Amino acid sequence: MASLKSIKKRIVSVKNTRQITKAMKMVSAAKLRRAQENVVAARPYARKLSEVLESLAGNQSGDLHPLLEAREAKKLLLIVVSSDRGLCGGFNSNLCKAGERFIKENSSKYEQIRVLTVGRKGFEYFKNRQTIYKNYTNIITKPTYQGAASLAQDVIEGYLAGEYDRVELLYNAFRTVMSQDITFQPLLPIIPEQKAEGEDTTPVEYIYEPSVGELLAEILPKNIEVQLFKSLLESVAGEHGARMTAMDSASKNANEMIGKLTLQYNRARQAAITTELMEIISGSESIKG
Amino acid sequence: MAEKMKLDIVTPYKKVVETEVEEVTASGKLGEFGVLPGHAPFLTSLSIGELTYKNNGVPVSMALNWGYFEIKDDKIIILVETAETSEQIDVERARAAQGRAEEALKKLTSEDKQFKIYEAALERAIIRMQVAGKAVRK
Repeated sequence: MASLKSIKKRIVSVKNTRQITKAMKMVSAAKLRRAQENVVAARPYARKLSEVLESLAGNQSGDLHPLLEAREAKKLLLIVVSSDRGLCGGFNSNLCKAGERFIKENSSKYEQIRVLTVGRKGFEYFKNRQTIYKNYTNIITKPTYQGAASLAQDVIEGYLAGEYDRVELLYNAFRTVMSQDITFQPLLPIIPEQKAEGEDTTPVEYIYEPSVGELLAEILPKNIEVQLFKSLLESVAGEHGARMTAMDSASKNANEMIGKLTLQYNRARQAAITTELMEIISGSESIKG
Repeated sequence: MAEKMKLDIVTPYKKVVETEVEEVTASGKLGEFGVLPGHAPFLTSLSIGELTYKNNGVPVSMALNWGYFEIKDDKIIILVETAETSEQIDVERARAAQGRAEEALKKLTSEDKQFKIYEAALERAIIRMQVAGKAVRK
């Protein structure tokens, strides 16, 4: 049986850990709320933009813009949006594993698959396993529209230059506080959403100014920016949610452990007292006798 | 003027304006334009510029960054990166930005990649100050 002192020491150390995990949980909860608000706030913009895009592209036929054109897919770029920090349960590792599985499954279809990582954790995971195309580490902690826009511009430039023919986006979509969905989303080429059948499909005749082509040329890159921005925001919200859950269960485990150790400690103490008593009694007995 | 149009101004961070208006004036790519209720469906891109809308006869000015303007069935949707009312504009900051941009433009030639960025920054600063100036005059 471990000595009293060593058990005491362990109890203290577990208590310290519990304090940290509790604090981290609180911080994450606060950050989560803000991140969630950001996600909600960004939604109308993204929705409206895709509506505009739909009405633009839906009214026209044919290849209007290089970003709409489906090329023969030879080279694929996978964008993995992870987080910069750890301690958030399976948030990053599940995502990275899903990414790796995806690469394995699709490696026969493409000549080349490269990975662009956003966030330190994803970079660390993939740097020894795959060819990293580019890495962005400092835009995920506090996602701004400008950050997403510069990332989008890089991606689009590479695409237009023929560095890759398809872009897939992999990120943790924010479902609820407790759960994140690992989501694959095709980013390029842009496939305008087809209206469901049965819907009123009579296109509204818009007056376009300047021409449709020019409008598309501006709106398509915007669309990529917004998609990326949205995924960054969702990923951040998911990260805080995941961290909160992870820290909550860590605190619970710590509580359980403290309980167990305290029991063990008390038992050991009792045993020590008993032995001591026995010694005293037997000592006095031997004097009497 | 009984007829009104619905106006939504949306940025990536939030919905800035959601109101009913009688008249909207904005600067499009091909010049300034105004819309009144009953306008035909119309879609255009906006340049950096000023947007004015009238709500019950009260004009409100905003400084807009790059964006889109769409009207359909008397519903206006404006998608922009930034939209600020005259009260929200920090004149000092805009002035400083103007100074910075002018300095930078002097050193650059029009072929530089940076040139366009600074040019846009200068334009934004000027528009911001213009919109802010209106509030003071009112």
